[in-house]
Formats: sequence, structure tokens, C-alpha cells
Amino acid sequence: MRAIVLLGALVAAAGPAPAQTSTADGIAQYRALLADGNPAELWEAKGEALWKQPRGPKSASLEACDLGKGPGVVKGAFVELPRWFADTQRVQDLESRLLSCMQALQGFDAAAIAATPFGKGEQVNIEALVAYVSAASRGLRFNLPQSRAEERQMYEVGKRVFHFRAGPYDFACVSCHGEAGKRIRLQDLPNLTINPGDGVGFAAWPAYRVSSGELWGMQRRLNDCYRQQRFPYPGYASDATIALGVYMGVQAKGAQSSAPSIKR
Amino acid sequence: MNLKPLTLAGAALLAGCGTAPSPQDLDRATQGVIHASFRAQGIATLDRLNQDELQQACSAEQAPSAEVAKRLEAAQFATIQWPGDGVYVGDWREGEKLAQNGRGMTWTDPAGVPAGGNCYNCHQMSKAEISYGTIGPSLYHYGKLRSVANPADPAAREIVKYTWGKLWNAKATNACSNMPRFGHAGVLSPAQIKDLMALLLDPASPVNAQ
Repeated sequence: MRAIVLLGALVAAAGPAPAQTSTADGIAQYRALLADGNPAELWEAKGEALWKQPRGPKSASLEACDLGKGPGVVKGAFVELPRWFADTQRVQDLESRLLSCMQALQGFDAAAIAATPFGKGEQVNIEALVAYVSAASRGLRFNLPQSRAEERQMYEVGKRVFHFRAGPYDFACVSCHGEAGKRIRLQDLPNLTINPGDGVGFAAWPAYRVSSGELWGMQRRLNDCYRQQRFPYPGYASDATIALGVYMGVQAKGAQSSAPSIKR
Repeated sequence: MNLKPLTLAGAALLAGCGTAPSPQDLDRATQGVIHASFRAQGIATLDRLNQDELQQACSAEQAPSAEVAKRLEAAQFATIQWPGDGVYVGDWREGEKLAQNGRGMTWTDPAGVPAGGNCYNCHQMSKAEISYGTIGPSLYHYGKLRSVANPADPAAREIVKYTWGKLWNAKATNACSNMPRFGHAGVLSPAQIKDLMALLLDPASPVNAQ
């Protein structure tokens, strides 16, 4: 709502002009304003502090967490996720991997955190952690590993989940994200069946959402997509969501990450 | 959250390593992943994951063959319920409200509240509303471009019935259309569909008059 109010104010400030032009100008100005300062920085700073702070029943930090490039290596990890992890024998995205580390290193109950609603309890801390970890790969290019059979299988499953039409509206991810240049209302929709380009689609999340004043990770982004698809509720860090991450991430190979970005 | 190593389907699939899994294996694995990943929430129950024949046929990366599409369309056409009272057109003012309304059928929507039509989400409709989507074709001047002067006139009957069919079940004329089957799926009532018919076809509606 805040975005709409802001947009309205900008349109009004543009003075008397033909409706179509002033609205388009308003949108352009609004987007320029958005790019000027990104409140995601606040989440990044909080996430860095959380990463280093001893927490949980074991009073340990996350500094020994292996995000795929070795224990404690944060830079460059994000643009290679989701990937397969030997200790969990699972392909994991950033958020499911953070849960594993929080359980193994800090003694948190990963299942309890996964069941916690977005914006509550430890989910708030995960928002900050994904901002910190993704920011450490800002400007780097996506390059998900596909050397293992498990990773290639998750790609194939993700492609099928992306095209899976169901529910009262017959929607699948591909209904809105299968063609370039399409919109819902005024919202541009990236084509996620191909590489949509630097800082677009998979390469733009996590992101600060101006409309809600929240930092959304990919799990929350996918969750709201499924809500709008009129599907049942996807489990946090469930295999369907991770498979989608592998599919979108592999399609985005070579795209520069702008995460955490800023969205309307 | 599933911390078990792999899913059951995945474990079974990877047991026979060495050769790449077949498309059928991957389809089975996908079904396992989907059914293990979602839970019911509010009005969004798990039966929504059970695909009908059309949803299944339209879930492949490639569209079905022309022959299959034709068969699917015929089956969908047979589901169309025509108005029992022979009246196809309601009130365009109500239709405009429905076209603007994108609510309904999500897990955050309460039970028992009628859904909106979602039209502007995907279609240009009137000149006044510039916040419209582009997934579907523009419907601006829909009736005017088809020379509908009076939707109740028998001369307009063909386009009136075609439009009703689109709203009731868009898959009857385009098997894997992105458009929901509003009547067939029970998303909109016949009375709501009549109001949308008026928005599209009444010469006085904002779709045609402006």
C-alpha cells in the first residue's frame, strides 16, 4: 500500500499532464528513488552480527557453517545454491542449509523453525541471515553445481514442478513466468524458463519489499507465489521449493546477483 | 521440514545409479516431491494437488499435440453449462467491480466469500483503468470490435455464446489457455458470469463506450 501512496504522491507532484504520461513518469521516478537507497542494508548488518554471535542451546556462532564452499566461507556461496551437501545427504537451498547449521551447530530445532510463520520468532533472524549471506555474493554470477546425480535430478524435478498445473485456477509457475514482457497489473513478470538476465528473477531475491517493509527470502517469495496460484501451502524448505530453486538457479547461470535487491 | 536424507521417491530413483533416470522415473519422483511438500491451509486443501486430465496434459514443458488438444477441447466444451433461463447478460456495473476484484480461493481468503473475476490482472479492459496486465489479450472494445449493438439481439447470439463459453471454460477453445475455467471450476457463479458478459458486450459499458 505504501508503494501505491508514494506513487500517487509522485504522480501528483508531476503536475497536470496527460494521465498516461504522468503515471509512467511517476513509476520511473519511483523506481529511481527505490534504487537510491536500499533498506536491505539494515538486514545485512543484523545478519552479519547474528552469524558471528554465539546463540542457541549450544551457545555457538554460525562461523563454522558450511554453505558449500567450506566451513565459514560466505563470499560466493549464495550464487552456487541450491547444491548437494554430504552431511545431510540432501540438495539444499540457502534457507534449508541455514536451518541445518542452526540445528547442528547451535542446537536449535530446525523443524520448529520451519513450522514458524514468516516474520515471527527465529524466522525474523533467518531474514537477516539470508540478507547477509546473499549480499556477500552481490555482483557475482550464478553458477550452480550440477555435477552430482542428485543435483541433476532436482533440476529435472524442479522443471516439472514449475510446469505443474493444478488447483481451482489451473495455474502453474509457468502461467505467469513462461514468456518475456508480460505483466500482472503493472508488475513486470520475468520469464524464468530462460536466463532472464542480470539481477532479474532468481538473481534478485532475497529482496526488501517497499510495500510491506519486509525482507523476503526466496522461500517467502515462492510461498506467496503459491498462495496466488491458489495452491495448498508449500512447506518451508520443502523439496518442491528447493527443486524450484535448482531449476531457476540453473536457468539463471551467468546472471549477476543483485540480492538483496529492492522491490515495490 | 524434511531432514531425512532425500525423499522416498528420490531414494528409490537413485538406488539404481549409473544410468540417468528415465522421464517416467522423474515424473514419479516429482509426484512424490509435490505430495510430500504441501499441506492444507485454510480453504486451500490438499485435494487441489490432484490434477484432472486437462491439467495433467498441460503440465508438460511442450504443449500437447494438435490432435490431443482437439480432443481435450471437445471434452471441455461438453462441460459448459448454458444459462437455464436463456439470459446471458447481467449488469456491467457489477461486472466492472468483479473485473477489478482479484481476491478469492487463496489460503488467506475466508470461506464463503465470493471470488472476484481477476480480469484486469491479465487483460486491458477499459480506457480508464491503466493498471492492467498483459498475460491475456486486450479486451478493450471487445463488443464494439465485434459489432455487438444489442447483446440480446439474435444477430449477436453467436458471439454471445462464444463469450459465455470462454468465461465458463476457456479450455473449451484453447486447451492449455492460461485463463482459469471460471464457471467449470465453480470460481464464479452464473450470475457473476452474466455481469462479466455485460461488461464485455454491453455498448454502454466502459469496455465499449469509452
